[in-house]
Amino acid sequence: MNPILVVDGVTKKYGGLTAVNNISFDVTPGEILSVIGPNGAGKSTLFKLISSFVPTTSGQVLFKGERISNLTPHVVARKGVVRTFQETTIFRSMTVRENIVVSHHLRSKASLLGFFLGTSVAREDEKTFGQSADDIIEFLGLQSIGDELASNLPQGHLRALGMAIGLATNPAVLLLDEPFAGMNHDETMHMVTLVKRLRDERNVTVLLVEHDMPAVMKISDRIVVINFGEKIAEGAPAEIQSNEKVIEAYLGSEDDAIGL
Amino acid sequence: MNIKKVVGTLVFLVVVLAVIPWAIAKSGRWDFYYTLTSVALLSIASAGVWLTFYIGRINIGQGAYALAGGYVAAILVTKVGINFWLTIPLAGLFCAGLSVLIGLPILRLRGVYFAMVTLVLTEVMRLATLALPITNGAKGITSIPLPQELSIFGLTLIPDFGTMANPKLAFYLTAVILMILCYFVLWRIVNSRLGHLCRSLQQNEELSASIGVNTAYLRVIAYSISSFFGGIAGAMFVAISQSIYPSSFQVTDSVNFMLNCFLGGLGYVFGPMLGTLVLYFGWDLLFTTGRYQLLIYSTLLILLILMLPNGILSLGIFNRKNPRS
Repeated sequence: MNPILVVDGVTKKYGGLTAVNNISFDVTPGEILSVIGPNGAGKSTLFKLISSFVPTTSGQVLFKGERISNLTPHVVARKGVVRTFQETTIFRSMTVRENIVVSHHLRSKASLLGFFLGTSVAREDEKTFGQSADDIIEFLGLQSIGDELASNLPQGHLRALGMAIGLATNPAVLLLDEPFAGMNHDETMHMVTLVKRLRDERNVTVLLVEHDMPAVMKISDRIVVINFGEKIAEGAPAEIQSNEKVIEAYLGSEDDAIGL
Repeated sequence: MNIKKVVGTLVFLVVVLAVIPWAIAKSGRWDFYYTLTSVALLSIASAGVWLTFYIGRINIGQGAYALAGGYVAAILVTKVGINFWLTIPLAGLFCAGLSVLIGLPILRLRGVYFAMVTLVLTEVMRLATLALPITNGAKGITSIPLPQELSIFGLTLIPDFGTMANPKLAFYLTAVILMILCYFVLWRIVNSRLGHLCRSLQQNEELSASIGVNTAYLRVIAYSISSFFGGIAGAMFVAISQSIYPSSFQVTDSVNFMLNCFLGGLGYVFGPMLGTLVLYFGWDLLFTTGRYQLLIYSTLLILLILMLPNGILSLGIFNRKNPRS
């Protein structure tokens, strides 16, 4: 199968510092691929490069063969690659439902003027968005808090809302930024199930960046490991678990241990 | 739309279009027409500022567009000889176009930086009208004729103001109708997808971009609508005062437009209208306190903003009747 997303020799330099160095990997349609690495490995930078929130220094990211790196974020979203943020990035003074409805923007058939004038196409759009928002609310189990103001939500729900916002755009590829950060075991397991259902029931390809190892091992079809801005391993969870380079990156090498 | 809103709107229309003119005729206080006409026009300009607040930008530059709109109308009427009524939309469009050029670079700025640039804008516009040959420098443009008759296919829509027995009433009604139209447009914007997207911008621009909103484009759209309001308010002012000078709209006016929004309530479409009314009359009522006028006025404003950070309309009595509109 042709890859849906290709990361091709992507490099990011900040002045003399190389945050991401010549990283390449492919994402197959319908898979859940995780990028992991120790703190400061360049995960976040790589994430921003893929979602085009930061321009690359060299290399490129291709979506269905089309270059998406160095475009503005809204154009990338329009093409079908949508990112989520860590918990606090939501529309705070809207209700949960309003958050999701407004995020259907990309699916509008009517123009902004059409919405202003209240044309039949625009009214049809609003109706569709409302129904789709209810679907998403049900899918994520947020029925009880649909009319709650987003700023009043606890952390776990915020993360789910972030995902709902991403889903509302109807993405082909959803990029999740540390979906398990700050979660306890139960919440993490719930989120793992949710992400899997996202892929199975909504045909979304998922690329996530994370450092919670147990969760990543459970959720991923494949894992890419980076350290000091470079890719050090790629493979199925079982392969990664026994990969020496990975163990070294996370625990330090035996030589280091002797040195201590 | 619920029944309470319909009733509320009807009551408002009856009051401004019938009760107020009746009361003024009864009491013989004709000077109130000028005051209320000013309030109506200033509240149009404030409505524009409110819309820029709605996308999360503090706009202290509305005076620049009111001034520009005023000059466009004055020049078109005196030098080109166009009917005044046509100059209102032309002044609005001129300001909208100008604001696209100005907005493209400056709308990238946020918070206090954007506010500072817009503040400077008012002063730049004043200096420009002083320097340009077409605006006639400090002498301004005076003896602008009263609005002419407006007719389509021989059907008179608006009679010649010069021949009217009571042009003050005519100006008042024109300004109020213009204000009602503008607030209707604003209300439609806020309650349509355009407004929802503006709110998303106000709350989080990055997230807004990530759901596919062209944030730069949307900001410019909102800012140009805002400036359009400023332009038509300025144009209408010219017709009433029959003159315009570089000092007709200054930094103080820009600041007042912003204060009107704060005072009325940034969360309510009709906030700037109420804010303008309260602020304008508040200032006039304090006139009797002489040299303490500014001191008392400023103290009251500070107290109001401290105690009612969400504006007058956030008070309970208004909320029961008119939740978030």
